Amino acid sequence: MQLSLLYEGNDWDFHTLRRSYEAIERIACDELGLEVYPNRIEVITAEQMLDVYTAHGMPITYRHWSYGKRFLQHEASYRRGITSLAYEVVINSNPCISYLMEENTATMQAMVIAHAAFGHNHFFRSNHLFRQWTDASAILDYLEFARSYIATCEDRHGTAAVERVLDAAHALSRNGVHRDDGVRPLNLKGDQKRERERREYDERLFNDLWRTVPGTRPVAGADVASERRRKLGLPEENLLYFLEKVSPRLQPWEREVIRIVRLIAQYFYPQPQVKLMNEGCATWVHQRIMTRLHETGQINDAAFLEVIHSTSNVITQLGFDHPFSSGGFNPYALGYAMMGDIERICTNPAEEDRRWFPEIAGNGDPLGTLRYAWENFRDESFVLQFLSPALIRRFRMFRLLDDTAEATLLVDAIHDDAGYRAIRRSLARSYDPAESDADVQVVDVDLAGDRRLMLQHRTRSGRRLEKRDAEATLSHTAALWGYDVRLEEVEADTGAVLAIHTARPPAS
Amino acid sequence: MDIIDRRPNPHGKNLENRQRVLRRARAAVAQATRAAINQGTLREVGRGQAVTIPADSLHEPSFHTVFSSGQRHLVLSGNREFSTGDRLARPSGGSGGGGGGSGTGQGDGEGEDGFRFVLTRDEFLDLFFEDLELPDLVKNQILSTEVTTPVRSGISLDGSPSQIDMARTMRHSMARRVALGRPKSTQLRAMEEEIAALERNGDDPEKLGRLRAELVTALRRMARVPWIDPVDLRYRRYTPMPKPSARAVMFCLMDVSGSMTEQMKDLAKRFFLLLHVFLERRYKHVDLVFIRHTESAEEVDEEAFFTDPKTGGTIVSTALIEFSRIQRDRYPQDSWNIYVAQVSDGDNFSGDTKKAVEILEQDILPVVRYFAYVEVGASAAMFHGETDLWRGYKFLADRMPRLVMRRVAERRDIFPVFEDLFGRKAAD
Repeated sequence: MQLSLLYEGNDWDFHTLRRSYEAIERIACDELGLEVYPNRIEVITAEQMLDVYTAHGMPITYRHWSYGKRFLQHEASYRRGITSLAYEVVINSNPCISYLMEENTATMQAMVIAHAAFGHNHFFRSNHLFRQWTDASAILDYLEFARSYIATCEDRHGTAAVERVLDAAHALSRNGVHRDDGVRPLNLKGDQKRERERREYDERLFNDLWRTVPGTRPVAGADVASERRRKLGLPEENLLYFLEKVSPRLQPWEREVIRIVRLIAQYFYPQPQVKLMNEGCATWVHQRIMTRLHETGQINDAAFLEVIHSTSNVITQLGFDHPFSSGGFNPYALGYAMMGDIERICTNPAEEDRRWFPEIAGNGDPLGTLRYAWENFRDESFVLQFLSPALIRRFRMFRLLDDTAEATLLVDAIHDDAGYRAIRRSLARSYDPAESDADVQVVDVDLAGDRRLMLQHRTRSGRRLEKRDAEATLSHTAALWGYDVRLEEVEADTGAVLAIHTARPPAS
Repeated sequence: MDIIDRRPNPHGKNLENRQRVLRRARAAVAQATRAAINQGTLREVGRGQAVTIPADSLHEPSFHTVFSSGQRHLVLSGNREFSTGDRLARPSGGSGGGGGGSGTGQGDGEGEDGFRFVLTRDEFLDLFFEDLELPDLVKNQILSTEVTTPVRSGISLDGSPSQIDMARTMRHSMARRVALGRPKSTQLRAMEEEIAALERNGDDPEKLGRLRAELVTALRRMARVPWIDPVDLRYRRYTPMPKPSARAVMFCLMDVSGSMTEQMKDLAKRFFLLLHVFLERRYKHVDLVFIRHTESAEEVDEEAFFTDPKTGGTIVSTALIEFSRIQRDRYPQDSWNIYVAQVSDGDNFSGDTKKAVEILEQDILPVVRYFAYVEVGASAAMFHGETDLWRGYKFLADRMPRLVMRRVAERRDIFPVFEDLFGRKAAD
């Protein structure tokens, strides 16, 4: 089946974009069975790409100096030629927005459409984390609302006042996520309505007589504390949520600003957890689509060589001792390799693969298996489930034990039978957000005393909070809380207190 | 599927955010700017000026953990020679090392490095002159009220005859004449001719009598309704408007005699350039005039001014006379803001200082906005004794705030001196 060429040469125009898109869409939807949000493709300049970078890829942002800072950083390194800009940026929204740089060649544009508008788009739409934690159809409207709301606040209360709240909220945004129950769609009205209904329900049930029933009077001591904690919903890991709801001194608009930061943090929460899979999926999809375009004669050899060249640039994995290596795994490289490996296991398994992956080895349905994986895993579980010995050998992975009591590092597993599982387990763990995020929770408030807010960081003795940052963040917390704040670092296993930080609110 | 071309969208989305960064890190940026000026060459100052500020001032804190002790596992790629049980030396450089065990680097990715970015010229100069103002500038400089220009501002009922608006006056006059029925001269002439004809043949005395009566009425009416009445008069109205004088001329006067070393000239150059940048900032148009002098003074171009060596004695008054001549010829006081910067090592032909001071007081200071005298020398220690010129000027400077004088010994003295010269306090 030979079709006519979509384009020739490097130049593109909107007609070729559309033809490429349609050809890619046929392959993506009919052959690969991808499910995507409707696409919107936007062509932008390099300067606009810098703007997009600045805002973590949000198409609309409120004004804040931190975006200016990122802009300056990106701009400086771009102008000095240290980094080149990405070919594309894609936004998890409905419709799914893909930004294409105008400088790209026609082949690059086709590749980027396949990568972003189909690969990432499918992943956004199907992966369970995105489905649970983000609401793609509401995000664009919400960002628009956030922008105008914050602009209104600046007009009404002054830029400095808004900036103080935003600074503080940004500092806590890593701790502004509901990690356990993601099903909180970005729905402002719904949230407020639920809040109102709850209050009405409480008021309806209120009966002063209950107070007189004997035995309900709380006894002094520990019960008071536990009752107080229950009423405040403590312990609470989402510091921003707690401050927004409970903080005694905030103005309503300040609560709303905190909420905006919190909801945006929530929206971005899944992204780092699935980076490996997301990039692997998109790279695998674009490579497959471009190969199919070449096989069906829709792009010529020159274009396909460009594709191969670009892809292999992206999926380079540097060895740990390479001078430019950051030491970690390139998510494009490992992700793409794992997708390809799953395909191989499904269609052409070795004996070893049958032992390791009895459920999928030789099932003859690589596409179905991949779609299943993309839908139901995150990086940590995906690696744990699908990293095969063949890949461990190919990447020549090894595990180091870093024991600070020892003068040297110990190689305690390499790519051999004894080491596969250890390597796989450790690599998977490194993708677990619980490993890197600080578990800081609100544990109590001294309501009867000086209203001090008490936070607790459960950790191990060798993994304490970075002190200067912790103190700066804590004073931001105090600014939002309005009274003293105290943070205890506690050994999770023994309950021993490792360190105590305190902060007072700024004098107002 | 939609394809949207966003390229024509408004640019500079992050301009506001960028300005907020500068505002936030104002102190740090100002400090970095000052350092950049002290080190850099002034020709390039402000053009693509990169400054580095401590990352601290823009740090965004968060709760994050760092690994300090205990055990952890790292999985890496690219094993070539290790077997289980091998031991490796820790990579040197701690967290910054690119090799294995770089996990601790993750949290503080931004590190303690400076934050480097490029200021636009405007941003740079804004910072540079943050607390500098030219003397008297705020009060009456750019929008000087001393020079006014008449500007048409509508019509008035009175005024001087030279300002009569003829077209308007005649329009009113005609309207009045039509309304009041003033007979036209052609009508009168026709009546007179008819009367004359009737008198000649005399066949219709009744009509003649009627016409004569009519003519008398018409003549009377004509006398009563004037051709132009004072109520018709309209005058153009002029209001004096202050005229902004957006032009400045900067005279650079320098002693190039043998006693001025290259280093002194270098200092002088920096001072002139800084002044130039500053004036450029304030005025739309800045002219430069270079006058060098030894025993005699001459106007030269910039190149010759700074580089061409010349030897001879020193007579300062020649330069001042040359300045006065050029100023009178080309830069009248009412349309130019005149600034003079004189640089000298303080030497002067004995007996000339008195003359120089006289010229300065009578001819120069009344016409200039500002006269800056900078005395350069190899080292501050040499200045214990006051030079001849300095003493002379000093006497004048005490009475005339437009004359300001400072001493510069080293390159890094220039900026503080400049601040002194044009600092807000000096203006009072």
